[in-house]
Amino acid sequence: MSYQRIKFYQTGTFTVGNRLLEEGERTVQAQKDRTNSLNSGHRACQGCGEALGARYALDAVMRATHNQLVAVNATGCLEVFSSPYPESAWQIPWLHSVFGNAPAVASGVAAALRAKGKTDIRVVAQGGDGATVDIGFGCLSGMFERNDDVLYICYDNEAYMNTGVQRSGATPARAWTNTTQAVGTEPGNPMNVGKNLPRIAMAHGIPLVATASVADLHDLETKVTKAMSIRGARYIHIHVPCPLGWKSDPAETIKVARLAVESGLFPLFEAEGGVVTDRTPIRKQVPVEQYLVLQGRFEHLFSPRDEQALAAIQAMADRNIHLYALLPTEPAMGT
Amino acid sequence: MERKPFAITLDPTSSLANHTGNWRTMRPIYLDHLPPCNQGCPAGENIQGWLYEAEEGKYEEAWRKIMEENPFPAIHGRVCYHPCETVCNRGQLDEAVSIHSVERFLGDHAIEQGWQIEAGKATGKRVLIIGAGPSGLSAAYHLSRMGHAVTIYEAGPKLGGMMRFGIPQYRLPRNIVDAEIARIEAMGVSIHMNRKVENLEMAIKEGIFNAVFLAIGAHLSKRVDIPSPDTGRIVDALGLLKGMEGKEVPKIGRRVVVYGGGDTAIDAARTAKRLGAEETLLIYRRDREHMPAHDSEVKEALEEGVLTRWLSMIRQVDENVITVEEMKLDEKGYPQPTGRMETLEADTVILAVGQEVDTRFLQDVPGLEISTDGVIQVDDTMMTGRLGVFAGGDMVPAERSVTVATGHGKKAARHIDAYLQGFHYAKPPSNSVAIFDRLNTWYYTDADQSHQPYLDLARRRASFEEVVGGLDASTALLEARRCLSCGNCFECDTCYGVCPDNAIIKLGSGKRYEINLEYCKGCGMCAEECPSGAIDMIKEIR
Repeated sequence: MSYQRIKFYQTGTFTVGNRLLEEGERTVQAQKDRTNSLNSGHRACQGCGEALGARYALDAVMRATHNQLVAVNATGCLEVFSSPYPESAWQIPWLHSVFGNAPAVASGVAAALRAKGKTDIRVVAQGGDGATVDIGFGCLSGMFERNDDVLYICYDNEAYMNTGVQRSGATPARAWTNTTQAVGTEPGNPMNVGKNLPRIAMAHGIPLVATASVADLHDLETKVTKAMSIRGARYIHIHVPCPLGWKSDPAETIKVARLAVESGLFPLFEAEGGVVTDRTPIRKQVPVEQYLVLQGRFEHLFSPRDEQALAAIQAMADRNIHLYALLPTEPAMGT
Repeated sequence: MERKPFAITLDPTSSLANHTGNWRTMRPIYLDHLPPCNQGCPAGENIQGWLYEAEEGKYEEAWRKIMEENPFPAIHGRVCYHPCETVCNRGQLDEAVSIHSVERFLGDHAIEQGWQIEAGKATGKRVLIIGAGPSGLSAAYHLSRMGHAVTIYEAGPKLGGMMRFGIPQYRLPRNIVDAEIARIEAMGVSIHMNRKVENLEMAIKEGIFNAVFLAIGAHLSKRVDIPSPDTGRIVDALGLLKGMEGKEVPKIGRRVVVYGGGDTAIDAARTAKRLGAEETLLIYRRDREHMPAHDSEVKEALEEGVLTRWLSMIRQVDENVITVEEMKLDEKGYPQPTGRMETLEADTVILAVGQEVDTRFLQDVPGLEISTDGVIQVDDTMMTGRLGVFAGGDMVPAERSVTVATGHGKKAARHIDAYLQGFHYAKPPSNSVAIFDRLNTWYYTDADQSHQPYLDLARRRASFEEVVGGLDASTALLEARRCLSCGNCFECDTCYGVCPDNAIIKLGSGKRYEINLEYCKGCGMCAEECPSGAIDMIKEIR
């Protein structure tokens, strides 16, 4: 956590704004004149976490770059719901690439800007977990190893939602998707598969890797702002619940995201040059069950109760808590 | 034909053309739910409302908001038993907001600053108030604000009623009482002291009053029949407390017994201790659990060395000894005799077994109904059976406290005002209560209650200095900011931030927010995340 939480004042810095705090201590999202990079009228589902995450992140980038930004967007939900021809919900310079090559296109944009001497204009590439973890992974790895001056943001909703909820390399253990049905002896997505992209990004030794969640806006904005203060390849992985694919209540999108963080299943941390340098401690630890039970994609773990699976998922959360020292009392492990 | 870029046949447009509001089946609305503190306040204060102002350091605005309902913040901040704090939702999170200490700070600050409230535009109507205790003065204050000409007849030599003659100085310094009453006098209320009304109808006729508010309180001490050869050893608690306001301090014995279990008994015991009694013993027929006295009072009395003897009744008072019988409680909690007697040393017995209303001057008022237990019957507008004569405070059936009496004064003033103008005042319906479950407490930070300083024990035992101190400005500010603002928007921008559709319009400081129904898809995230539970989702009307 690279910003100081402010306590008292009713809610301190846990809410989006707070009339009792100085303007500078409130979020970009609290400002009346925020960019609204992604405008009203987009066709995301009710309670879409990705639409929210994209606005959170890009508005912060706009603030940090004094509105000097080009965004490249991979194919996916975010692209589809924001730009049905001829409408566009983007209020920033925005390019759509194909599914697999957003990082390469962004590298190209950055190279072109450098060639024209316009280095004050910054480049963000963004995509869902499918475009990032699976389809565009080769291009992304290349962008990382060349240390191109691009911030890549992955909005992780843990499956291919746009095409009808198919499993991706980011789908969590035992989750239902249309391609990992809740049937058989171990229903849902198998255990011990998939990729941990933040760790893979760290392995490239790039200047900054961070995870963030739509449930912690101050943390997210701080990380995005920090990313824009650095040159070179940077990667931010944002957890964005999908009510449609997770079969959760659209009103509970942030609640679900918060429980992912508070249970330890989605650790919030920062790594520089491949080394974990900071983490956001859990505020009120909860068992993973509280997170899982709100989502229909895990319903088969509760009727009847699959103790073995629940224990295994809890063990994953516990491992994160240990690895990233997510409880305030535990000293950090030097990863 | 206009040339368009390659493969473009339509002009690019904004997504604003797509009105996603028509997806909606539920819509969010901002509501001001009734916070439990406001619901629990016998004086009807908008506590959440004035705390909101105080949170920003707007002390005068906060004070004026209290003054809309209650003319005595400095007094209530000291002596109110703050039922608001008992029901405060923050109590379920860590500790209740110390509402009374903030109110006291605001009240004291107003006295220091000399803030004043003006009387309303004159209506030409004349109202007589009998009794200058909390309910009479409160009614006078509110009626003055409404522009009516108020006259007070007070039988005693000083103003304040039980605030002066009942509550000891160590709980309520008299300069505070004087200052808050002076403000009401300065509004132009005509006050006549030492004026006892013997004949109500005559008084109305002589003064050409359009309405009357009776607020004489209950200050006749009840007696119990205890055989005693020398009744001089038995004094009543109210007499003692009242005597403290005279020129000469009442004399008291070395070993004092106080008989009773209410707040007055505690006041008498603590006063006796301060007057130099070597031993003060409180005798009550039931146990501490069943005592009507407030727990904080009992606690402070015990700290000061008041001794207690529960489950005992005084059977006989003789010279220097009393005989008590041990009692036991039956299943209903009533004390039953056991026959086990004991004698105790005591040279003074103070009776504190309740008070009655002196209704003698009301016996002949036509239509006015006095119940068998000696209190005045009033309807829901606080009017007695006699048209135009209202009553409140300790003389009508209700809990007897300064705050209840002050609330009666306001309520009666509203109904008297309506009566004078020839209509019926109907209280606007209250919104639903902002219960704890409405809150999203994750957003609130942990913050323990601020504690008021206490006078040290040695000085408490020997002097009438005020026991509980006030908060300083910075602590009061911090305490006000612990308010959760239950059920009421406090402009934290969370709804504005969490809407994935930018469908919430921030109107700016003090103006709150509006829903943009053109784009709101009705996901309900704003209502779910709102920390204070100020947003409801309602069915969409087509």
